[in-house]
Amino acid sequence: MTEKATLETILTRYDRDPANIISILQDIQTEANWLPEEDLRYVCAQMEIPLSKMMALATFYKAFSLEPRGKHIVSVCLGTACHVRGAQRIAGAVERELGIQSGETDADLQWTLETVGCLGACALGPIVVVDGEYHGQMTSAKATRLLSKIKKADGNGAG
Amino acid sequence: MVHRLKGPDDLARLREQLQGQRDPNKPCLAICAGTGCQAYGVGRVIAAFEEELEKHGLTNQVEVLATGCPGFCERGPLVVVRPAGIFYQRVQVKDVPDIVQQTIVNGQVIERLLYDDPLTGEKIVNEKDIPFYKQQRREILWINGQLDPTRIEDYIALGGYRALVKALLEMSPEEVVDAIKRSGLRGRGGAGFPTGRKWESCRQADDQTKYIICNADEGDPGAFMDRAVLEGNPHSVLEGMIIGAYAIGSHLGYIYVRNEYPMAVENAALALDAARALGLLGEDILGSGFDFDLQIRRGGGAFVCGESSALMQSLQGNVGEPQAKYVRSVERGLWERPTVLNNVETLANVPLIIAKGWEAYANIGTESSKGTKIFSLVGKINNTGLVEVPMGVSLRQIIFDIGGGIPGGKAFKAVQTGGPSGGCIPEDMLDLPVDFDELSKVGSMMGSGGMIVMDEGTCMVDIARYFLDFLKEESCGKCVPCREGIARSLEILNRICQGKGRPEDMDLLEELSETIQGFSLCALGRTAPNPVLSTLKYFRDEYEAHIFERRCPAGVCKALIEYWIDPELCTGCGACTRVCPQEAILGEKKAAHSVTRSDCIKCGACYDVCRFEAIAIRSVGIEPVPAVEAN
Repeated sequence: MTEKATLETILTRYDRDPANIISILQDIQTEANWLPEEDLRYVCAQMEIPLSKMMALATFYKAFSLEPRGKHIVSVCLGTACHVRGAQRIAGAVERELGIQSGETDADLQWTLETVGCLGACALGPIVVVDGEYHGQMTSAKATRLLSKIKKADGNGAG
Repeated sequence: MVHRLKGPDDLARLREQLQGQRDPNKPCLAICAGTGCQAYGVGRVIAAFEEELEKHGLTNQVEVLATGCPGFCERGPLVVVRPAGIFYQRVQVKDVPDIVQQTIVNGQVIERLLYDDPLTGEKIVNEKDIPFYKQQRREILWINGQLDPTRIEDYIALGGYRALVKALLEMSPEEVVDAIKRSGLRGRGGAGFPTGRKWESCRQADDQTKYIICNADEGDPGAFMDRAVLEGNPHSVLEGMIIGAYAIGSHLGYIYVRNEYPMAVENAALALDAARALGLLGEDILGSGFDFDLQIRRGGGAFVCGESSALMQSLQGNVGEPQAKYVRSVERGLWERPTVLNNVETLANVPLIIAKGWEAYANIGTESSKGTKIFSLVGKINNTGLVEVPMGVSLRQIIFDIGGGIPGGKAFKAVQTGGPSGGCIPEDMLDLPVDFDELSKVGSMMGSGGMIVMDEGTCMVDIARYFLDFLKEESCGKCVPCREGIARSLEILNRICQGKGRPEDMDLLEELSETIQGFSLCALGRTAPNPVLSTLKYFRDEYEAHIFERRCPAGVCKALIEYWIDPELCTGCGACTRVCPQEAILGEKKAAHSVTRSDCIKCGACYDVCRFEAIAIRSVGIEPVPAVEAN
């Protein structure tokens, strides 16, 4: 669970207003990298929100993860512009390199693979974002190289 | 030190003072720092300029201006050297010392960094002569390249917040509504509802509490004009919102912005703080007696939240499910109060209309669609970027004259407008004037302005499948026709793409589409079949090739293609062998290689890596499914 003091800071930031619940969850996820069950239970209790509603929100909005995410987050853009430039091939290469499917995290919590609708940097398509950094004009070979380089930099324990 | 502006005179004085501090002859490096150029690594270029200028002792003599996105993403990172207006493209860190030494110090133009017109081969020096810009009418976008979006001072010096003064102090709210109505401005988010009429209805609604919301939840894949405006010139959106709030009588507003746009969120937040510090937001704005404030809310990554009633649910802290509109939101919207929801680009048009007068605005565009529209031109196109043109310009002008046509000598096939709600328009309709009504007539729609160009290498059945795949994920699931209808349509399209299509599938798709269109609550469902219907209408032959001949003419659908190495072109360099994850490519060094079909997973890695165009995608016909199974 995230530290109680941190959760309290976040709740105070939004005046404990239930209308701000999405912002609150976003800030918790920024802290914890996912939404731990204990955090959600705590917020529900503090804000008098039924757990059922909390689960509805946390599962409806794609931005939220109810499972721990990896150290590195890889996002493959599947926007239309990237799609017509072969983004599916890139996604396939990334899946093979990381050994996980889109939406999954590996067992060692090193990698999470996501896809995104469009990042709006279409001139650079196909795009892969690794830990917030954009990599444009991708080919399957370039994507594979990029990821194996990060793996190497992380040392052998990186899976 | 900023002081709260107590009245219009204070603002005018501040503007004069800011303009006085600016020397129009001072050399300035205007560098695009928008999301696109950031992705190209412009952050490092800007840092390199600062370092290089310091080395030359020029830090105080040369201004480095990190601007909003001017739109020519294809050629980023973009650097314009002012006042001469020299336009350098694809600038890298290694080019920085040359630009400082040769252009800033010696006043010379560096040939290799200039834009060369692919049509004439001519090198173009000046920004204003670049054909991509020259054929546009950049009423909104021009300012992006002139200012640092994080500095309110820049916006004010360029005349910003003048329209606000005019609206608040010289016009009654009714007059503002009237001006917007007469201007002919229609909502830029997609539906094209007349903005003035929306404002008027909300103004007339009988309630003390009203809201104005800026919809910056730009979710259409391939559309990024709202992001460019909000991150590149946030104050224009703010100014439009304050004017709108005054017109309808609202004192609190929200900007609902997509969380995938971190820079837009950040720049909008900075803009709010700066406007508040100057008293352009808050109580008694510019001594007018009018109070208004704004909050920013980030979306949660749900496409459907771009729909007005879903967006309002999300703002209230609920799941973003669209609601039935028995009562319009201008009467009962957010928290059951009268609410106006406008798109980013719509709001950015408002200050222009007020400042220049509605007459000038109504002179631009067509009979039914006024003003300019920003399109994001992407996909298989030479000049990817943002294009602002008067309504009524033809698709052909946008794609071929401004966009520079299709790369690699390939043939144009279709342009997709309107995002997942829109349709694919074939070549023989390219002379269509682009406005709200014309695009709807041919089964597409304006949408927010995404324009995805497709060439002969794009499979139209796959495109329909792609959009339904997107919509299946994004349907909120409330209405059965949308939730189940999209999923079933997708199953049919998947089997067609796999070469298992049945003769009756096209009729079945049309029938399902009719049900989805007719019986879904919100626009997501009602327009979801457009990509299917428009491709069925204009590219039926491709469906037929998939279903009856089991072949994909464009060479996209995996089950219907194979990779083949042309022994005439293969040099035996081995690049493909090294990237093949299956070890399916065999061949001696320097001799022609070949693909072992049984091992190939068709990942395309070899195709991407071959420098000799020796690897080709071939359509393979699969044996037709026996008639018994087809029924």
